[in-house]
Formats: sequence, structure tokens, C-alpha cells
Amino acid sequence: MVSKVTNKVNRPRLVLWIAIVVITLGVIGATSLPIAQKVKLGLDLKGGFEVLYVAEPLEPGQQVTPEALLETARNLQQRIDKQGTSEPEITPEGDNRIRAKIAGVQNESELRELLKKPSELSFRNSEGKKELLGSDFVPGGATIEFDQTGRPYIGITIKNKEKFKEVTTRLLNQPLAIYLDEEMLSAPIIQAVIPDGKASIEGDYQLDEVKNLVNTINLGALPLKLTEKYSQSVGATLGQKSLETTLWAGIIGSVIVLVFMIWYYRLPGVIAAISLITYTWLLMLAFQLMGVTLTLPGIAAFVLGIGMAVDANIITYERIKDELRSGKTLLSALRAGSKNSFATIMDANITTIIAAAVILFIGSSSVRGFGVILIASIVCSILTNVFYSRWLLSMFVRTNVLLQPKYFGVKGEEIRAL
Amino acid sequence: MRSNRWQVDFMRQRNKFFIGSGLITFVGVVMLALFGLHFGVDFRAGTNLDIELGKKTTISEVRTVLEQAGYGKLEPRLGNNSDRVTVRFTETLTVQQVQKIEQAFVAKYGKQVSKEENTVDPQLALEQLQKAIIAVAVACVGIIVYVSIRFEWRFALAGIVALFHDAFIVISLFSIFRLEVNLPFIIAVLTIIGYSINDTIVIFDRIRENMRFAKIKSPDDLADLINKSIWQTLGRSINTVLTVLVVAVALFLLGSESIRLFSLAMLIGLVAGAYSSIAIASSLWYVMKKPSIQANKDVPA
Repeated sequence: MVSKVTNKVNRPRLVLWIAIVVITLGVIGATSLPIAQKVKLGLDLKGGFEVLYVAEPLEPGQQVTPEALLETARNLQQRIDKQGTSEPEITPEGDNRIRAKIAGVQNESELRELLKKPSELSFRNSEGKKELLGSDFVPGGATIEFDQTGRPYIGITIKNKEKFKEVTTRLLNQPLAIYLDEEMLSAPIIQAVIPDGKASIEGDYQLDEVKNLVNTINLGALPLKLTEKYSQSVGATLGQKSLETTLWAGIIGSVIVLVFMIWYYRLPGVIAAISLITYTWLLMLAFQLMGVTLTLPGIAAFVLGIGMAVDANIITYERIKDELRSGKTLLSALRAGSKNSFATIMDANITTIIAAAVILFIGSSSVRGFGVILIASIVCSILTNVFYSRWLLSMFVRTNVLLQPKYFGVKGEEIRAL
Repeated sequence: MRSNRWQVDFMRQRNKFFIGSGLITFVGVVMLALFGLHFGVDFRAGTNLDIELGKKTTISEVRTVLEQAGYGKLEPRLGNNSDRVTVRFTETLTVQQVQKIEQAFVAKYGKQVSKEENTVDPQLALEQLQKAIIAVAVACVGIIVYVSIRFEWRFALAGIVALFHDAFIVISLFSIFRLEVNLPFIIAVLTIIGYSINDTIVIFDRIRENMRFAKIKSPDDLADLINKSIWQTLGRSINTVLTVLVVAVALFLLGSESIRLFSLAMLIGLVAGAYSSIAIASSLWYVMKKPSIQANKDVPA
């Protein structure tokens, strides 16, 4: 068959191709370790504990409000922060739940006891006697106010007007200190008798202090009882071992996949190997940028994703082989193969995205991480194993190096006349 | 020329495959009805303790330690290397109780002992189970809708049956061998569903493409076309399942024990998925489509 296209090696393009591959691998090699180190690890890999609390009002007749929940969560976080452990993550969930995740602790049971205790708000006189308790305050009744000069102060509302009138009368011109548990937050002086239960606490306060005190008083007015509903605690050594063995399994599995691709598909297989490595790197980068927490199932998803990502390449290359066998020239086989396989690849990916979206919306927190990783894997896979690898393959074919079908895994006798 | 041994006549041999799958499904149903699933703490409340000992030991030694800590009646399980113990408590343990047990193990095996504890309260366990079932149901519906839009309803139906078949095989095997079912298992099932339909779509895609240029005058023509479509995509089907399988096997054999069951579920699901896409889904579609081809046959050319 006479070919009209010259088969001379296109040197400039070859040089460009090699440069792209070298740069790609170089960037990956240089940045992989720093990126990997920055990825957030979940508790089941780093060690630590996670508890899901259900919150109920301590006093009968009260109801859990979103503000109370948020305030309680914030208070818990402050308690842990004071202990000096790193990065506690305590967030409200749903109507009446709080999820606490605390990594890298030595004294887990102490901390868990500490978290379970409801806060106690008390207003004490100079001898330390508790004159007012949290239950005396109207829930949500503390507010931030500003006087005429723009200075912030605290507005409070007491349930029992008579009681408050009595206290303010008795302690006129004396300090009434505000305590949360055993810590004194402020000690304003009573300057007037309050008959109607509504008072203002003024002083040389900054806005932040006022905000803090208002939140604390509201927290104390609606103390919540927390009951553990779910807990997971992982020792650091066990977590570390899980991480290492699973990563090793992933690396070994991936290497076998790469070797197989190169052996079976020859030249395109080499390109697939490059794009797979790029895929892995890109996914890790995505994790770091998205701030995803990597748990053990997450690593499994990551590793399985590599096996599945190679599918896009396999579909394309099988198609190209088909076109070669039907007698087309290399370049047109490439084009036809890529075009025909694209719809199939997208269909397949969309169905996996549906499954991942379900996991994302319906799952609980650790399960959700798996869904995010799955979707991220598919997006990265489309970028690297479809677009990038096709670009590389097409460019290489147009360098006119290695043109025989056997480099694409097609034996000469399989090719039919066009 | 049917010289290639891979070119099994899937259409005309379909009854063999239907019977095979039917049998497995039947056994699975019986097992589930009789024994149900062996739920872990995620779905049936309680506390699960995984303890890394750092030293090899025997079951009787572990039982002694537990007895001395006050928990004599339990059945601890030993991990693959005999250096890891799993104990399942049906009641939820408090932090102090867990600590006491951990101390007992530290006293016997040394300071390198490390543990993972999972505690789930009954109300939450029920909730997680419900959510899991809903998740699987919603995923299936989403997929039926998508496939119906991209292809026709017969394809969607065939695909869904194949998909249920795969999920069911995994569930039945876990029931037969009393393997523990936890949240990761549900994740595995959802992933298998995604992969299985994935696989099936590739074949359906080829069938649809071949049908565009073919003249189907008889059920035989249709059977030949479907067979051809399967053979054409066989390379891809086998290679893809191989690559994911390699990774899943690596995870199963070499990965952390905490995800071993998850890897196993994935393994079974992947193999079942490939089998159902090749041998079951297309044959089902053929059976559904045959009547409409035969009807046309009666019309004079």
C-alpha cells in the first residue's frame, strides 16, 4: 500500500513530546511528597476519637435551639483547646446532635468525661456564694447592646424579677462576678437596684468580650445534657499500621496494573502508565486543595479508583485496535477510535457519579468522604485518562516514530483490507 | 469461524447461565431467610474492639485476659497474623470499661498495645441501617432513570436485574459465611452497583451501535448481533475487571485488616459484575426484544 504521507520522523514534535513527558514526571516527582504530607488524615489513620452526642435540655420544659447547640459546641471546643491538644473539630449536626472529632490525644477518657459535663453559669458575690444560676436567666435573653457613645454592653433578662430586685438591693455597689464553671469571666459592680428583671452590664468592655459574655450567659441559661450515641476511638499505632499496609497494598497493586498495561497494549500502554501516574498525582492535589479528610475507606476508594481509571484507557485502546484491524491507517484509526469510545466512557462515568452522589447525600460523615473521593476520582480521571492521554498519544503518533500496528498490540495477520 | 474459544454462543447458551444464576440466587434467598445477615455494631448496636497486640498469641490466652477483666463469656476472634484480636460486645461499653479492658491487655502484652473501638447506640444503629437501605434504593432508581434515557426501557430493565443479581450475590455470600456487615459493606455495595451498570452499559452501547447498520429480520439475526457485540467488547470487559481485581486483591491480601471485609465484598462484586454483564444482561434483553422481532417477521417483506 502506497502511503501519501511521508514517514520521516518529525523531530521537533518528538522533542516536544519527550519534553512534555519529562516535565510532567518531573513536576510529579518533585511535588508528590510535599502534597502527600499536607493531606489531612482521618482519625482511623492518625489516632484519636470521634463521638456523636445527642443533646437534651437539662431543665425539663426547655427545648434545644440551634443557637444553644452552636453555643454548646463552641464551649466544648474551648474546653478542649484549653487542654492543649491540637485541632479539635466540634460541630453541631441536625437538630440536636453534636459531633466531636479530636485527634492525637493521650488522655482520651478524661477528655470524654470533660466533654460530657454541662456548663454551669453562676453569678457570685465577693464571698463566692452563688447568687444567681443559669436557670435564673431567660434562654436567649442576653443581648449585645450599644450605648450613646457606641460602647458595647451586655443586656440580660432574669426570670424572677423579685429575686433579682432583692439581690441588687442587697449587693448595691458591690461586685457580682460572672463565673462559667470555675472560671471567672468578669466582675461588674451593681450600680442600681433592678426592679423589672432587665439589666445592663456595663464596663470597659471591648466588643469581643461583650460577645463572649453574651454567648456564655445564653449557654448557661440553656445547659444541654449530652449523651454519647456513637463513638470511634483509634490508637495511634493501630492507625499508623493501617495506613502503611494499605498504602503498600495500593502501590503494589498499581505497579502490577501499570506493567500489565504496558505489556498488553505496548505503546499506548506506556502512555496509559504516564497518564495514570498523572491521575494519581492530580487526585492527591485535589485532596489537599479541597481539604478532604482521608479515612481508611477513602484510601481504599483512592486505590480502587486507579484500577477503574485505567478503564477509560482500555476502552479507547480496544477501539483503536478494532479500527486498525479494519484496515485504517494509524492516524485515522486513532481518530475514529477516540471518537467512538468517548460516548461509552462518559456513559460509564456518569452512572458511577450517580452512585457516588447518593453516597454523598445520604451517608453519614465518614461515608460521605468516600463519595467525595469517588466523584473527585472520576473528574480527575476524565482530565488525565481521557484528554491528557489522548493528546499525548496523538502527538506521539504524529511524530512518525514506531508506526507499525504491532506497537499497538495488533498483529499483522489480523488486519483486513479496507 | 468459531475457532476462538472465547466466542461462546452466549445467546443460545443463555439458559445455562440463567439456571446457574437462578440457583445461586435461590440459595441466597434461603440463607437470608434462615440466618439473616451478621450485622456489625454499625447496624446492631454495641461495642467492637480491635486490639493490636504487637505479639503473637492464642485464643485461649486472650480469653483468659478477658475473663480476668470480667468479660468471660465472649468469643474473641484472632486476626490473620495472630497478633490482633477482635471482640464484639452486645452492650455499649463506657469509656472507663474500654480503658479497663485495654489496661488488662497492656498488662499482659506490653505498652505497644493499641486499640480501635467502635461504639454505636441502638437508636443510631437503626437509623444508619435505614439510611443505608434508602441509599441503595435511591442509587438504583437514579440508574434506572439514566439508562432509560440513554437507551430504551428494555435495556434499563435488563441492566437493573443484572445489577440486583450482583449485589445479591455479595449479600448472600456474606450471609452464608457469616461475615460481618457494617457501613463499609454498604459503601462496597453502592460501588459495585456503579461498576456493574458501568460494565453493562459498555456492552449495550456496542449492541446499539451494531444495530444501527444491521438488518434484523429474525430472532437469529438478533442473537448473532448480540453475540458479536459481546465478543467485540470482551477484550475490554476482561481487561478492566482484571485491573480493578488486581488492586482489590492487593488490598485484600496486603491491606489493613480493618478494611479486609470491604475488599472482599468489592472482589466478589467485581467478579459477579463482569459475569452478569457478559452472560446475563444481554441475554435478558434478547429475551425481552425477541417478541418484537418475531412480530415483524410475519409482515411480508
